[in-house]
Amino acid sequence: MSALTFLIVAIIKIAVTLGVLLTVVAYTVWLERKVVGRMQNRWGPSRVGPFGLLQPLADGIKFLLKEDLVPPYVEKNIYLLAPGLALIMALTSIAMVPIGPIVHLFGISTPMQITGVVDASGHASDINVGILIVLGITSLGVYGIALAGWSSNSKYSLLGSLRASAQMVSYEVSLGLSLVGVLLMSSTLSLTGIVHAQLGTWFGFIPQWYIFKGQIVAFFVYLMAAFAETNRIPFDMPEAETELVAGYHTEYSSMKFAMFFMAEYANMVTVACIASIMFLGGWSGPPMSFLPAAIQAFLPLVWFSLKIFCFLFLYIWIRGTLPRFRYDQLMAFGWKFLFPLALANVIVTAFIVAIRA
Amino acid sequence: MHLFLFLFFGAVCAGAAVNLLIQRKTINSALSLIVVMGSLALLYLLLGAEFVAVVQVIIYAGAIMVLFIFVIMLLNAGDEEQSKGSNVAKIFGIPSLFAGGIIGIWVLLQHRPEEKLLPIGALYGPADKVGMMLFTKYLLAFEATSVLVLIAIMGAVVLARRSDS
Repeated sequence: MSALTFLIVAIIKIAVTLGVLLTVVAYTVWLERKVVGRMQNRWGPSRVGPFGLLQPLADGIKFLLKEDLVPPYVEKNIYLLAPGLALIMALTSIAMVPIGPIVHLFGISTPMQITGVVDASGHASDINVGILIVLGITSLGVYGIALAGWSSNSKYSLLGSLRASAQMVSYEVSLGLSLVGVLLMSSTLSLTGIVHAQLGTWFGFIPQWYIFKGQIVAFFVYLMAAFAETNRIPFDMPEAETELVAGYHTEYSSMKFAMFFMAEYANMVTVACIASIMFLGGWSGPPMSFLPAAIQAFLPLVWFSLKIFCFLFLYIWIRGTLPRFRYDQLMAFGWKFLFPLALANVIVTAFIVAIRA
Repeated sequence: MHLFLFLFFGAVCAGAAVNLLIQRKTINSALSLIVVMGSLALLYLLLGAEFVAVVQVIIYAGAIMVLFIFVIMLLNAGDEEQSKGSNVAKIFGIPSLFAGGIIGIWVLLQHRPEEKLLPIGALYGPADKVGMMLFTKYLLAFEATSVLVLIAIMGAVVLARRSDS
């Protein structure tokens, strides 16, 4: 592949991924409002377009046209920097995620992943520390929230961002450790490599995903830590509206608020992507050899979207079900329950891997 | 391309380090330190040590500096107060800085190991090689560091425990 084709392919991939991600983010908000509405026995958005489907568009226009207030006495540079930082970090990590296998279009073959290339032997390959880069970018996302709260010069914002930084740093430990079991079994840090390690099946139909290979405890630890990382109910301390008005984004309005909002939902999508890659085989699925070849080509995308959808639905479902934790309970849960559990899982997995080797 | 990126991020790193020193606001200094950490990570990446680069981002930028910012926010640390400074530092400060720098570079050039110089990007440091070296060649240093960290954790626990009296 020449440098020019590489550049064009990369730009197309970035544009498509960004477009799809932002659409998914917008419609996750719609889905959330709709599902939570039905759970609370009301309709949710139903006025703009059929089933309220144009509601995200209307929301976007509203965000753009609203007055953009900058309160006096804010730390202006940092105040303006924070929402951008949060959104950039949330959108960047999707670049490492392999969405599907290699595609062949117009004589060019390339994997469905922004940072992926086809190597000399025709296999897909990507950055060999991919999962660490995702974790690194996610851990930088906390700056957006911390700086937003601090620079707003408001008690509620400051309390919200203090809670957020403490919570995210604490749960990051469990989140990282829960992935170590999978990394020990796959012995690679590349996300493509991890998906490829889960491609086989037992008895021809049960896929060899890591959740079925004994990483089920790690999966639930990851799930709980991921809820805390994305500040979702029942761990939405940083924006607990009954205590803190709106937490770290109290003083933000218009598009700057929308950027925080988009960052939160983009983070949800990324976390769901990582969960499905690490534990549920990414774009792999049970073989469907009875289907025609043309449909089979689309199956990986279908599997991946289905897994992401299930995770997003779970997020919304839990939001509609559970109350919020108290803050000391949240910290105790993270450090005294999740962390030892993740550690025990690492030790047991390491023993089993060492014995088998 | 590599050389250009190396010079660029080296300049960013040095500039942020100077900014760290001259900023009066604590939070701006902390943010400059994050920029220093980030550009150092990129320099590691340019040298080919990708694992070290990512670990640098996760540990320093993602964890340690978050705690710095956390403490600054918690204490609401204000602007730095500046003393008048001593006359000795004013007269001898900048010349001795230059002299020290020149002597340092001269000593480094004298002891340059000719055959061990690596061109940019020639190093290859994937995670498994780094791990192998940590647990074989540098085992003693690794274990000593872990004991050091353990002592620090115990110290923190002792300090944080409330006395009942």
